[in-house]
Amino acid sequence: MGISIENVSYAYGKIAALEDVSLAIDPGRFTALLGPNGAGKSTLVALLTGLFVPDAGRIAILNHDLASQPREVLARMGIVFQGQTLDLDLSVDQNMRYFAALHGMSNRAVGERVDTCLARMGLSERRGERVRTLNSGHRRRLEIARALLHRPRVLLLDEPTVGLDVPSRSAIVEHVHEICRDEAITVLWATHLVDEVWPQDQVAVLHRGRIEGFGSVAEILSRTGTTDVLEAFKQLTDTNGALADTQP
Amino acid sequence: MNDSGAPTLPGYFTCLRGVLWRESLRFFQQRERFAAALVRPLIWLLIFGAGFRSVLGVSIIPPYDTYMTYETYIVPGLAAMVQLFNGMQSSLSMVYDREMGSMRLLLTSPFPRWYLLLGKLCAGTFVSLLQVYAFLVIADLVLVDLPLMGYLVAAPVLVATGLMLGALGMLLSSTIRQLENFAGIMNFVIFPMFFLSSALYPLWKMKESSDLIHTICVLNPFTYVVESIRFALYMQPNILANTVVLVALLLFFALAVLGYDPKRGMLHRRVAG
Repeated sequence: MGISIENVSYAYGKIAALEDVSLAIDPGRFTALLGPNGAGKSTLVALLTGLFVPDAGRIAILNHDLASQPREVLARMGIVFQGQTLDLDLSVDQNMRYFAALHGMSNRAVGERVDTCLARMGLSERRGERVRTLNSGHRRRLEIARALLHRPRVLLLDEPTVGLDVPSRSAIVEHVHEICRDEAITVLWATHLVDEVWPQDQVAVLHRGRIEGFGSVAEILSRTGTTDVLEAFKQLTDTNGALADTQP
Repeated sequence: MNDSGAPTLPGYFTCLRGVLWRESLRFFQQRERFAAALVRPLIWLLIFGAGFRSVLGVSIIPPYDTYMTYETYIVPGLAAMVQLFNGMQSSLSMVYDREMGSMRLLLTSPFPRWYLLLGKLCAGTFVSLLQVYAFLVIADLVLVDLPLMGYLVAAPVLVATGLMLGALGMLLSSTIRQLENFAGIMNFVIFPMFFLSSALYPLWKMKESSDLIHTICVLNPFTYVVESIRFALYMQPNILANTVVLVALLLFFALAVLGYDPKRGMLHRRVAG
């Protein structure tokens, strides 16, 4: 199993953010966690990364229980948070090397790997530049390159295209699909934008802290009797208010 | 990482080195921070010290074996102040890191959380040592005479006091929800800790003025930071002060680790969106 979430609940005080969420995500697949703003996506990512601890339920990543084996889990996980986590005053290379150190990667192993990851995201030319001078699209690409540095088997991305223009968004969506396909990495991509879901993806629809639908795109469309993901999403969430958030 | 994904011993060193390296880079990029850390105690020493020299008589008290000037008396307290401000500055930067997201990066490293926080603490202490020694050298050149060997003897003590005040800052950072609340730290932590201690006046002088203030000074752990540094600079032991510093260090650090524990600390229940 790539990511196993069993009956997970979490509340901020008395306000429930996630209620009895269960998902079994196949390894090596791209899964879109689709939900409007406030659905609980970031809370779920915080739980999957160990920043929060569930009030109830169990999480396992690549068959390692997160509660009892957090280090084994985090060593195999790459994370791109919704908010930026780069050090703006350090260079691209320095940000990569700091991250490598946080994962215990020796200097010898790092240089070549940094080259590879930056090249893959088209950032080789920017290696010596301060992050502050990069535009938001490049910063996002850098965060993805950094998340792949330690060769994770699972990649979590929380709204990684927020605030980007359409070409940058498309490029990043395409890059991550490619990485998922080429390296057989399990990808969980949290988004509120339905056009980021590709036909071969799995989709989990999260709404008001509950999973309203889960399966391949074809299964979701068949179950809802719809012809596109946006229609399926409308039906599963049964809300017009969310619609404005689901389109770019 | 080994095959099971768990961190290895060389990995621990690499991680610590990385945290120290990043903090050093930031420190050298923020030259104004270094200047401010030096200007603050030097103003106290040169202006406040000169003004009070004639007003306050300081009798012979350990570790001094002769009469000393008021400036000589306050140098250890000002060195402690440098570390106090640095500890709070580190705390501020941790709150900033949390708001900017880089704390998430640190806390999702596969190394144990206490180890990552210890790395941050060591990095902050290293910076505070640079600041303190720069201040002591300038004070020594300009106004007071410090024994040369005192610099060496004081080093381990300054490490311990720097760690203790850094751990206090870390503990506070785990309880502060927003950067804006940090101003309260100045009013309710730094100033009371500094003024209600033996940094500016000997405890016996406090007792002459008020028993209550004297009692507060005795209970204030910062007093023991000041006295640890004072005795070490003059190469004399002060077991009580050193013990209080070490116990406070362990206590503050343990509470800070709890504060950053997602099961118990303030990070829990912060709205993620």
